[in-house]
Amino acid sequence: MLLRYATCLSIAIAGSMATAEWRGFRGTESTAVATTPAPTSWSDTENIAWKADLPGRGLSSPIIVGDRVFLTASSGGRQDRLHVLCFDDSKGNLLWERQFWATGRTIAHPTTCNAAPTPVSDGQRIYAFYSSNDLVCLDLDGNLQWFRGLTHDYPNASNSLGMSSSLIVAHGVVIAMVENDTDSLTTGIDSLTGEELWKLNRPRKANWTSPVHWKGNTPEDDLVLIQSSAGVVAIAPRTGETKWSFDDGASTVPSLVVADGVAYVPSHGITAIKPGESTPNVAEIVWQEGGLNPGTSSLVVHKDKVYLISDAGVLSCADAKTGKREYQSRLPKGHCSGSPVISGDHLYVFNEEGNGIVVDLTNKGKVVHQHSFGQSILCTAAISEGALYVRSDKTLWKIAAK
Amino acid sequence: MVRACLIILTLTGPAFLAAAADSTASLIETIRKVSDKGQGHKAAVAAASQLSQSPPAELPSLLKAMNDAGPLARNWLRGAFETVAARSVNDSAFPKAELIAFFNDHGNNPAIRRLAFEWIAKADPAFAGKTIPESLADPSSEMRRDAVAHFIALAKDLAAKDDKDAARTAWEKALSGASDDDQLKLISKTLKETYDQEVNLIQHNGLIVDWRLIGPFDNKGKKGFDVAYPPEKEVDFSKTYPAEFEGMTNELKWTKLTGENPEGLFDIAKLTAPHKGAITYAAHEFLSDRDQPVEFRFATPNAWKLWLNGELLFGREEYHRGMFYDMYQVRGRLKTGKNLILLKVLQNEQKEDWAQAWTFQFRACDLAGRALRPAGNTASLDSSTK
Repeated sequence: MLLRYATCLSIAIAGSMATAEWRGFRGTESTAVATTPAPTSWSDTENIAWKADLPGRGLSSPIIVGDRVFLTASSGGRQDRLHVLCFDDSKGNLLWERQFWATGRTIAHPTTCNAAPTPVSDGQRIYAFYSSNDLVCLDLDGNLQWFRGLTHDYPNASNSLGMSSSLIVAHGVVIAMVENDTDSLTTGIDSLTGEELWKLNRPRKANWTSPVHWKGNTPEDDLVLIQSSAGVVAIAPRTGETKWSFDDGASTVPSLVVADGVAYVPSHGITAIKPGESTPNVAEIVWQEGGLNPGTSSLVVHKDKVYLISDAGVLSCADAKTGKREYQSRLPKGHCSGSPVISGDHLYVFNEEGNGIVVDLTNKGKVVHQHSFGQSILCTAAISEGALYVRSDKTLWKIAAK
Repeated sequence: MVRACLIILTLTGPAFLAAAADSTASLIETIRKVSDKGQGHKAAVAAASQLSQSPPAELPSLLKAMNDAGPLARNWLRGAFETVAARSVNDSAFPKAELIAFFNDHGNNPAIRRLAFEWIAKADPAFAGKTIPESLADPSSEMRRDAVAHFIALAKDLAAKDDKDAARTAWEKALSGASDDDQLKLISKTLKETYDQEVNLIQHNGLIVDWRLIGPFDNKGKKGFDVAYPPEKEVDFSKTYPAEFEGMTNELKWTKLTGENPEGLFDIAKLTAPHKGAITYAAHEFLSDRDQPVEFRFATPNAWKLWLNGELLFGREEYHRGMFYDMYQVRGRLKTGKNLILLKVLQNEQKEDWAQAWTFQFRACDLAGRALRPAGNTASLDSSTK
């Protein structure tokens, strides 16, 4: 009884901590929306809490768990050295680093690198994933829990341009998308042991999107949405069983986002879907708008508005209920490989020119601040406790009001 | 009481230490059993946790265990090794001398030697400064890369001081250890531009540019990947076969061709014809002076299959996702004498400009990525410049 109480208490504490934490790609619940406002301006000296040098390249986002910041990187002439880094959130000191050898193929287009996928945490452990399909589980103090080499297991599961799908962890299952032109798969892995629980054969087409949480009415009804060229499948995380699907195709680059029981999918422009009422295993289209075309960046929804950025660097805002475009705003020069995140009424995105851009969502997408660190940035920022975290190939910054 | 304890310790000490050693060995053995898809993980998770608590004296044992472990178990052991090493690297108990002995033994696995080197360097930064310039011929590709980087930096420094002759010597030293594409390109460009000295990249890298080709065979609709056309059943350079491509009526025969690209690109589309939805087989006889392991390093934007002496080593059905130097690394074993390398190169029917490439770049290496010379080719790396 005492043990059960202690367990419940620990989960309750972990849950309350999680609201301010940022435990994965586009946040703990993959919404890209933070609960706490971040600074709306900064410079090389203003509102920079700290910066840290990095030992290798990376497009992966930092994640924040408790008072620690975790990040992956890759280095070496062939990008075959895998780094997991842990920083003290208050000072930016490196608390520990672990390195591993890639067991899968590491070659990728020069724009990207092995440390492209963002790690994820369940609050107890860190799961770090790489383009080489190596998957490392460590506890928060850097003790190795288990190691998997998914290309070692499936030798033809790789993409010569590089993989980038980030992990998700749901109901004790780490879900890794390894979708490519040859041996294409998505697998569910026991978070405690690293054992394979299930594996789905997936469309044979390179896919850089990431899985997304779908909150059910009860935790038992939680699902994970997997996007591909074929569309979207909603799967049960413990079994991989498909509960419902949308089969009319989708992009393989920007990822969908979920808000208020609707999934906004980069498909035929944007298609808003939800589980069908009469046929629950077939998605119902809420609206479809062919004029909304996201580029590389994933979508974000906030206060009944859906936001997307085109490859030409134009931010569009549309009504999330109807898909009707409300306004467009041209962003400063530079391709946005990273995705936008929202905090308060501001949208933040960093581009390959190194520009960090702040957009006022209450003023028709007006750019209210931009600043370049002078280093190309391809990652999606993280936001936690009023601070913004972003990385380049060389540096990790914490942007916070002092 | 103290005396009694001492007596017990004296009597049981060796047995206690033996038990501890056995314990480490059994934990390592448990980890070495991890296998595909998480097999053996439950026991290994517990073993890794215990190994991470090991005293620093166990670090050499962990290094030795990594030496011949598989790639998965090696990473598990590295996790434990680094946890212990991080905890003790600044202590007197850190076994630096044993790690140096491990590093100095070139019979140990190059990657594990490199790991030992990095932790020695953390304990003793002067060790790195002394060792790297001596590592141009090290079996570890990372040691060589660092050594090459050292001589490149030295050459630039000497050039900045206007000491052109000494700088040239440093560039040539860098070349002698270089096997990574980025370093080689920088070195060869500088030697050419500054000293009018040509680097023969084909010779230096062991690129194979003379092949016998036969084709085209049909790959319309990408259907040919699993079709075993005649060269997959026999390779007889004197035989001909009926054409099976776009109504061609001629007979297909093996044709000897030599690529002329200085970086060893073998352009099938240019050397034959830019067919779409087609397959060409390329064969090369590699003469080995002994039975030895080989790593074929090659690049192609096309789908492919590779055989060595009739054994399928690997195949990959991916089209036009880029072409990068050494993008594929496939291991096999050469026998003494002639070895038949057979490469099936498949082109699809994409129409985009960037999808017209039907080409490959292929070299034979030792397991450390150094060019493997065919028997009778006595050229050294130093003679790759003229």
